[in-house]
This record gives sequence, structure tokens and C-alpha cells, in this order.
Amino acid sequence: MIEIEGITKRYDTTTVVDDVSMVIEPRTIAVIVGTSGSGKTTLLRMINRLVEPTAGIIKLDGADNRSVPGYELRRSIGYAIQGHGLFPHRTVAQNIATVPVLLGWGKDRIQARVDELMTLYQLDPKEFGPRYPHELSGGQQQRVGVARALAAEPNVLLMDEPFGALDPIIRTKAQEDLLAIQKRFGTTIILVTHDMEEAVHMGDKIAVMDAGKLVQYAKPAEILANPASSFVETLVGASERPFRLLSLGRVRDAVEIGAAEGEAIPGDASQRDALAELLWTGRPALPVKGADGKPLGRVTVDGLIKRAARPA
Amino acid sequence: MKAWLPLLLRLALVVLLVAFVTSPGWFEPLLKPLTENNAPVIYNQGSLLTLTLLHLRIVLIATVAATIVAVALAILVTRPAGAEFLPLSRSLVNIGQTFPPVAVLALAVPAVGFGEKPTLIALFLYGLLPIFENALTGLTTLPANVVEAARGAGMTGWQRLTKVELPLSAPIILGGIRLSVVISLATATIGSTVAAKTLGEVIIAGLLSNNLAFILQGGLIVAALAVLIYDGLSAIERYAARRMGREAE
Repeated sequence: MIEIEGITKRYDTTTVVDDVSMVIEPRTIAVIVGTSGSGKTTLLRMINRLVEPTAGIIKLDGADNRSVPGYELRRSIGYAIQGHGLFPHRTVAQNIATVPVLLGWGKDRIQARVDELMTLYQLDPKEFGPRYPHELSGGQQQRVGVARALAAEPNVLLMDEPFGALDPIIRTKAQEDLLAIQKRFGTTIILVTHDMEEAVHMGDKIAVMDAGKLVQYAKPAEILANPASSFVETLVGASERPFRLLSLGRVRDAVEIGAAEGEAIPGDASQRDALAELLWTGRPALPVKGADGKPLGRVTVDGLIKRAARPA
Repeated sequence: MKAWLPLLLRLALVVLLVAFVTSPGWFEPLLKPLTENNAPVIYNQGSLLTLTLLHLRIVLIATVAATIVAVALAILVTRPAGAEFLPLSRSLVNIGQTFPPVAVLALAVPAVGFGEKPTLIALFLYGLLPIFENALTGLTTLPANVVEAARGAGMTGWQRLTKVELPLSAPIILGGIRLSVVISLATATIGSTVAAKTLGEVIIAGLLSNNLAFILQGGLIVAALAVLIYDGLSAIERYAARRMGREAE
């Protein structure tokens, strides 16, 4: 659990982060959204003390984050940044091993952990381990960057626009990978982004920041349904709202009894994807199949449209 | 041009240089036309090999000392605690460069006597600037997100310096060392005016006795050394830069 209490950061007379308080539950993803200059990155960097706050306390699992030296604190917290920041003079394996080496892990343990993470990220340790970062594609570099952040099995992972430099297709894949890994390790993730789409997709909770202040901190559905201010509303994008709301739900939860013609859609797909498929193919209903391939029922255009309406 | 041609040329130069300093007698017929009145063709007051090795030793000692001091200074002024010393150290190093080596020799002889010492002082001062400026450039133009990642991973200041900052700026620092070495190789010859044992001795002997063959052999050995060392260091630099996915300048 991460408790941020009355955190303020001032540079001379400019207040970058203004009295922010929020609690991030363990094993969840909190996304901090805001325009550039909203203080979201500074807030993130105060958690691992890359920036020291002017006032306020941040507690990690109850302990003040100033109770250990900054570098020790940062070794216990994963940190992934935009443009990956890989060490260009070290191989992929050495990059991933950075924090375990700093922590003085044994050679075998490091090797095992590096291999595990690379395999998890679909990078063959034998093939990619000895390569240098510049020999990888952008998507591969990004994966190595996250693998490095996760190497020492941190409970908390901070990510500053980690997918910002990726093209849309790789980006979606990277987001899915991250969600899968978060489920697997149960890591608490705090992710900074300016992309509301990403925030709605990734976040268990979303914190919206504007001019250093925390404007709203709530579940994605709540942010979409009841934006706290006109700023949040603009950020959400009024015309996008129904689709973002649909993207939060799984097809499984919108299933109606009955049958339909054509190719079945998996129950794990988002309701937004189902609606898109329906509209595109001009059909009134789609069959839905479970993970085991058995039919679950169907989704209909009418049913989905009702779900896209503003919650009461 | 074929890829092997430059390599072949360098190899030929090395063979020629080694042959010349070990058995200068072989080249006597070549240089004979440059002498008058049956003057000796090959320098006869000492072995060319010994002088070459002593020349290289002086340059090596001066460059190593200049590198240690210049890099240490650059590290100091790029730390937050030392930032205020940046202008001061810049001017100090600049003075070292603007002071002509001859003047340094003249000033140093009364203090430390004749021989190698004043030459070492002059070369050391003269070699500081390129190394310092390059080290400064290297340490201040590191990719910001890499340095940020090093901090974020929990490296201490010392670990960041030794594991990230210095390795990353190594190609640029090497470039400074290369410049400094080449300048020192040439400048070391004037050390012989204050009795330092360098190849300058051969050139000065030639000037004093009006012997063109002496001047030429002293000058050519220094030039060949400079070309080969410059080349070798450039190759190391390119290798280091390539490993980091950067193109050498």
C-alpha cells in the first residue's frame, strides 16, 4: 500500500505539486493522468525520492520512504521510463541484472531471474541476452526496460510514460503484456500517462492532475460517468465517453440468452470491440464463446448501446 | 579503395619505422645525398632506438599524468558540489595551453634543473586542455534518460560515475587523449634544448651541424610515431563508440 499524504513540491515560487493526498491499494494499477506540466511526473518521482518533496509524507506499506537512504529505497522500487533508458554499453542481460547486481545477489540467482524475465517477455535469453540495446527494435528495447525494472522482484513499479515512444500496434501489445505480468507478480503499479485511453484501459483507479492539484481520484467508470470538473471532462473527451465506458466491460458480462450467426467473439474481448465488430459487419447480434470455445450466448447491438449510456 | 589497402600501408609504415630505428645503417645510401663534406649520415651520438623509446616514455608519462589530472578535474566540476569550480578550472587549464612550451621550459629549468623534468612539466601542462575539454563534453552530454535510469535503479553517485558516466563518455575522453598525445609527441622534441633525451636531440644536432640527413631522420621518426599512434587510438575510439551504438565523430 502506498499512502501519499499532503505532498507538495515547490521550486522557488512555482508550486509543481500542490498538497496531493491519495492511497494506492496493493496489487492494483493506479494511473496518473494529466497534461504536460501538471506535476504528474514530479509526483511519481517523489515516491522513489528522485525528487524530494517540500512538504508531506509518502508511506510505503506503512513505512516513511525517508527511513532508508534514497539509493536503497530506489533499489526496492521498480522504475521504468519513456525511451527505456537502457545502458547502451551493457548487454541486454547485464541491463536486466542491474538492480540484482547492486543488491549483491548470487550469480546463479541473477542468471535464473534474467532468463525468467526474458522468457516471460518472449526474448530468447540465448539469442538476445548477449546483444546490445541498439541492436534491438523499439518494442524489444521497451520490454527490456520493463524487465530491468522488475528484475529485483519489487512490490512497487513506477512507470513514467513507458509506452510513449511506441507505435500503436506495439503499444497495445506492451499494455497487454504489462497487465498479464501485473496479474502474475501482483505488483503495485503507478503509471503516468497523458493518454486517457491508456488510463481507462490500464487503471484500476485513475488520478487526474491539473496544475499540480489532484482533481479527481476514482475508478475509471466513475471518472467517465461523473467527471469532477470541466477539465476532467475535456480530458476524457465527451465524444469518446460511451466507447471508453464500453471498453471497460468484457463481452462475457453483456451476454444475452440466444444464438446468432457467424464467427464467435471470445468472452474476454472488450464490449467496445464487440460493438465495433457488430457495426462493421452490419449484424444485429454476435455469438459469444468462452475460453474453452463453448458458446456462452450472444451480444446484441441494442444491449451494448444500453450499456454505453451514462450510468445513473 | 580496397579495404586492405589502408591496413597494408599502416603495416608497411610500422615495418619501415622498426627497421629504421633498429638498423639505421640500411638506409644510409638513401640519406647520403643530403649530407655534405663527408659528414655522418646516420646520427652517431646515441642509438636511435634508445632515443625513440625515451621519447615515447616522456610522452607516456606526461599524458598519463595529464589524463589523471584532467579527468579528475572534469569529474569534480561536473558533480553538484564542484560546479562552482568550473570557471576556475577552465581558466587554469586554458593558461596551461596558452603558455608556449618553450616558455615553460625556460621557467622550469631554474626551478627543477636540466633534463627530463622541465620537459615533463611543459608536456603535462600543454596536454591538459584537450583532455579536460573532451572529458567535460563527454560528462555533460550524456543521454538524460540513461542517467535518470541509473539513478532510478538505485545506483549511488560513485556507482553512476564508474558504471555509467565514465564508460559512456570514454570514446570522447579517448579523443582528447589522442589529441594530447599527438601534440606531446611533436612538442617533446624541443625538450632536447634543455637536455632531455628525446628525438629532438637528432634534429638539434642536425641544425647545429647543418646536417639535413639528421634533421630529416629525427623528424620522420616523430612523424611516423604520431601517425601510427593517432591511428591506433582512433581505432580504439571507434570500437568503443560502435559498442555503444554511436557513430564515431
